[in-house]
Amino acid sequence: MKTIAIDRLPDLAQALSKAGYRVVAPVDEGGVVRLREWTKGLALALDAVPVNSVKDVLFPRSEVVARFALEESGGFTPAPLERSAPKTVVLCARPCDAAALSALDAVFNWDYRDGSYNARRAATTVVSLACFKADEHCFCTSVNGAPDGTAGADALLRPADGGKKLVFEALSDKGRQLEAMVSDGQAVPDAPAALKRRFDSAAVGRWLASNFESPFWKEAALACLGCGACAYACPVCHCFDLQDESDKKECRRLRNWDSCGFGLFTLHASGHNPRPDQSARWRQRVTHKFSIYPQKFKTFACTGCGRCARLCQAGMAIAETCERIEALGR
Amino acid sequence: MNDDLYKPFLMRIESARDEAPDVRTFRLKFADEGARAEFFGRYRVGQFGLYGVPGEGESTFCVASPPTRADYIECTFRKVGRVTQALQDLEVGQALTFRGPYGNHFPIDSWKGRDLLFIAGGIALPPMRSVIWNILDRRAEFGKVAVVYGARSVADLVYKQELAEWAARPDMTLVTTVDPGGQTPDWKGKVGFVPAVLKELSPAAKNCVAVLCGPPIMIKLTLPVLAGRGFAPQDIYTTLENRMKCGVGKCGRCNVGSVYVCKDGPVFTLDELSRLPAGDM
Repeated sequence: MKTIAIDRLPDLAQALSKAGYRVVAPVDEGGVVRLREWTKGLALALDAVPVNSVKDVLFPRSEVVARFALEESGGFTPAPLERSAPKTVVLCARPCDAAALSALDAVFNWDYRDGSYNARRAATTVVSLACFKADEHCFCTSVNGAPDGTAGADALLRPADGGKKLVFEALSDKGRQLEAMVSDGQAVPDAPAALKRRFDSAAVGRWLASNFESPFWKEAALACLGCGACAYACPVCHCFDLQDESDKKECRRLRNWDSCGFGLFTLHASGHNPRPDQSARWRQRVTHKFSIYPQKFKTFACTGCGRCARLCQAGMAIAETCERIEALGR
Repeated sequence: MNDDLYKPFLMRIESARDEAPDVRTFRLKFADEGARAEFFGRYRVGQFGLYGVPGEGESTFCVASPPTRADYIECTFRKVGRVTQALQDLEVGQALTFRGPYGNHFPIDSWKGRDLLFIAGGIALPPMRSVIWNILDRRAEFGKVAVVYGARSVADLVYKQELAEWAARPDMTLVTTVDPGGQTPDWKGKVGFVPAVLKELSPAAKNCVAVLCGPPIMIKLTLPVLAGRGFAPQDIYTTLENRMKCGVGKCGRCNVGSVYVCKDGPVFTLDELSRLPAGDM
């Protein structure tokens, strides 16, 4: 059995760093826990779900996808593009973040394969930390997940001996490559966080597939401000915009995160907007996650991390919407 | 396939012509033979692309020329926003970026031996023009060919030279019409809305495929005319447009219900469309 004392996690981070990995871990930044590049001396913050997710590592918020040198005459020449895919370990990812990876892999690889995503995915090892507690926004057990779920993870750290130690379980070849950095030991694993299932996601999907025009949507979306925070924090949301940014000498074609909650998202040049109001946009968000995605990719586009609800300034919660939908379907 | 999804082809504008107010056609040449061969190895009629000006961005529209003319591609587009403005500001000899071909295509090989009826309104002729020329370039494989094309006014009709050419061809029928009030003193075509003109023509549905593209109101009023003539929903085709950024099924904005217009479309039969939520279009 491989074990590590929970207060020695920075030592593991340091060993990984020495072995040439970039280490990304949850760090407390003035009261906000964020997944970010770990550097020596930083403590790992394990008590709260980080505000951002592993998505940030694989699919950056803003990325140059094409580059052109601009000429004074008005012409241009394509410039080479450097692909950045540093060897990375995400240490103490949440199981709900790791579970999101299969959903991201699916969209970035159906038919057209996204090389920059795949390069980073191949270079990234995900070490999950099983959750020893859940908060009121967590609902992974409603979307086929679990506080100690292993889906998408290369290794799992399981709290043991009353939270004093962590048991390291390798789950893939990438995970096994880290085994040597953890000592042999003995510990008794703790029970993972208990989390009651809040809704039946399959039943929600069935209702969504045939209730596109339901009056439910008008009322369900009333509070939504259309700020897009939910999509930015979501470990699965991957919608993006492409925009050119240029100065006199160079144009960078950027892929930036976007959100189906924004009014401009689907606006046609003609002025027509297929989703003209917030209710149509909220319907798209919920339907995409619980009906369209499962139809296309055999997985929900939601892992129950609860980040969207934790951040929403208007009190919108997708789990609550799903509970109401399940009740409508009964 | 290249996994650098946003790397465009470089195209040079070989020629350009104005079609109607704010509507312009470019003939574009590939920068090298490898790129040309790569494109035409994949291109099927009905597919679309993203045309771009570095510094301004990319804009989505159809390839308006057929795969049977494999030296170049043509596109016809209206100036409506920042990118289309920048594209129209380009001059012959200048370069632009192009990604494609993307999406599905019109299954013209399955139409062999059948009669074909094309119905287009306004700026919706370009996506159909590639199909029409593709059919005409392989004329012997198909039955009768008829085109019904309407626009608000004579000035708004695109491809006027080609309309004259089609009108003169003995192996096809062309009916052009303009909305009441849109005619000029020397206008020889019909005056009236497309659905009414179509009704007057009373096309035979037997062994016929209808291809329909135009503004929503034209589609809405034309479909009952086709249904009244006995056209089955699986024999009526159209091509959809939605706002797109990636063109490759990732950026998430072009879906109608569970269908991604950029990958599952843009070509759909009426039968397929009827299963999509109308409220998402």
